[in-house]
Amino acid sequence: MKLLPYIAKRLLYSIFVLLGLSILIFTLSRVIPGDPARLALGPMAPQWAVDQLREKLHLNDPLPIQYIIWLTNALRGDLGESIVSKRPVIEDVITFFPASFELVIFSTIISIALSVLIGAMAGRRANSLFDNLVRVFSYIGISVPTFVWAILFLFFFGYIWKMLPTLGQLSTEFTRPPFITGMMSIDALIVGDLGAFIDHFKHMILPSVTMSISRIAQDAKILRAGMIENLKKDYITSATSFGVPESRITFKYLMKPSIIPMVSIMGMEISGSMGGSFIIETIFNWPGFGRYGMWAMLNKDLNAIIASVMIVGAFFALINIVVDIIIAYLDPRIRMVERSA
Amino acid sequence: MQERLLEIQGLHLNYKVYEGYLKVLNGVEFNIDKGEKVGLIGESGCGKTTTMRSIMRTLPSNAVITAGKILFKGKDILTASMDEVQSLRRNNISMIFQDPTAALNPVFKIEEIFSDIIRFSVRTSSKKLTKDEIKLKAVEALKAAALPDPERILQNYPIQLSGGMRQRVCIAMALISSNDLLIADEPGTNLDVTIEDQILRLLGNLVNERGTSIILISHALGAVKGLVDRVYVMYAGNMVEVAKTDDLFSDPLHPYTSNLFKTVPKLTGGGIPEAIKGRIPDYFDPPKGCRFCPRCDHAMPICEKETPTFKDMGDKHEVACFLYS
Repeated sequence: MKLLPYIAKRLLYSIFVLLGLSILIFTLSRVIPGDPARLALGPMAPQWAVDQLREKLHLNDPLPIQYIIWLTNALRGDLGESIVSKRPVIEDVITFFPASFELVIFSTIISIALSVLIGAMAGRRANSLFDNLVRVFSYIGISVPTFVWAILFLFFFGYIWKMLPTLGQLSTEFTRPPFITGMMSIDALIVGDLGAFIDHFKHMILPSVTMSISRIAQDAKILRAGMIENLKKDYITSATSFGVPESRITFKYLMKPSIIPMVSIMGMEISGSMGGSFIIETIFNWPGFGRYGMWAMLNKDLNAIIASVMIVGAFFALINIVVDIIIAYLDPRIRMVERSA
Repeated sequence: MQERLLEIQGLHLNYKVYEGYLKVLNGVEFNIDKGEKVGLIGESGCGKTTTMRSIMRTLPSNAVITAGKILFKGKDILTASMDEVQSLRRNNISMIFQDPTAALNPVFKIEEIFSDIIRFSVRTSSKKLTKDEIKLKAVEALKAAALPDPERILQNYPIQLSGGMRQRVCIAMALISSNDLLIADEPGTNLDVTIEDQILRLLGNLVNERGTSIILISHALGAVKGLVDRVYVMYAGNMVEVAKTDDLFSDPLHPYTSNLFKTVPKLTGGGIPEAIKGRIPDYFDPPKGCRFCPRCDHAMPICEKETPTFKDMGDKHEVACFLYS
């Protein structure tokens, strides 16, 4: 498989998908009841002000015209103005997206590390005590909703044991590092403010652990199932009968074929947690993108809704391309099929 | 007197499953001398592979050995420490699997699979090998298995090779660590007959050159005939007969053996060969006496009560049947 043409092909497909998504969300956001201009200005505003705003937002034009106006602006990098924050939407995105991205990255690191470790140990020792504990954890982790974990963690780690900070990104005694990447941990490192970095890191622990619990449960379960399945395969018996040490068999010969389904699920989870993190961001008062999108929905902030959906959609498409490349790298069978196709 | 290489004494083995125990191996007796070539035949599901996997200590986790010994050069493999077992696997015994496609890990290059086997099989015997030395050994092994262009094959994934090539790769792998004994579990059964014939010839030549002992499991009775010195016949977890190859084919004593030979299709006339009536017993509740008794035309009252043991009929021909006692 030649990598560059493949990526180009996938990116081209993604553009069509995103165009379709934009038409869908554009139409949906405009046909649901409620006048965005009235909502933005409040019930006390005079009718002429509402009319003026409707004119400014092109709400009186036919839908296709509205869409074309939006699209031509968007292609120029102008996503319109938010009627809630009264700022260009693109500025809001630049402010809020990195904060969520930071959480997603951190929780992904946690979930990869833990799910691989737990899944591999449980899969290799199926039906042992540890494996049974993992199974119980998996069921609980998948079935208990995220907000329950969030509240439990807040209560125990934040309130009872007072081990970790619970709200926001930084304690008040530290000054916020300047906005460079938008990810505060990296910004703090760039300016060399180690104290702020450590404090921010502590703030990240609870929300990202909360975010990763169901993912760890899911991923470990899938890895465990794959390993148990592949453990019966002749190639594992063969490697054993050649005297290859058990740890090497587990972490090389068994892990590589077993981890492939986990990687594809993981891609879904990463992109999902970008859009679906508003509960966590609300509970932990994290000024992130999920919360921003949710506020846009509740206030019928049309430009912000479309922008947040499109950004999450683009993120989704990108992550999926990356995941497909990783899978093709892991599994030569997929690579060979792609080449001939 | 030949030196005894491997001896299995009274091996009993059960598989624990949800409903209870499958009593599969029922006192297997087997031996092979240094440099000897031994065949093992019998229907599917008789415990041939299970017996071989007991030797390698690669049984599934639900297998329970209840009695018996497997002596390799006089030392019991079943009670040996894990280090000793690993050393045996790395240097003395190796196994070729029935299905070469399943026996090669699909997501690794042949080179990676080979280098681990070489690295660990050599580490126990002498110093550590360099990368180049490992590659050289791998190329040598592939050449020995009559594979053209070994350097290219090392860079291939199993999916890029044909069935016959995969089987040869498996043989090459086995050559690395089989200084004493090579166990070939129906090699080539999944390939077409001409390739199967080539594979068996290749195996025969290789063990002859190296003086390695070989246990050849096969359904292809004709193939066994040309290759091995002695043949064991196995039925439902017991060895029922063993003899020198020619003696066995010309003068089969056990009713199961003669029935087995009747199932072989012939090129000249005779129509469709006979099948053995009945089927192998249910391992949950196998017959108390001789396990072949329910299918046997010559069954006697004693067959239902007692299990026959090997009786020497002279010239290394032994049979476990009450007809001869």
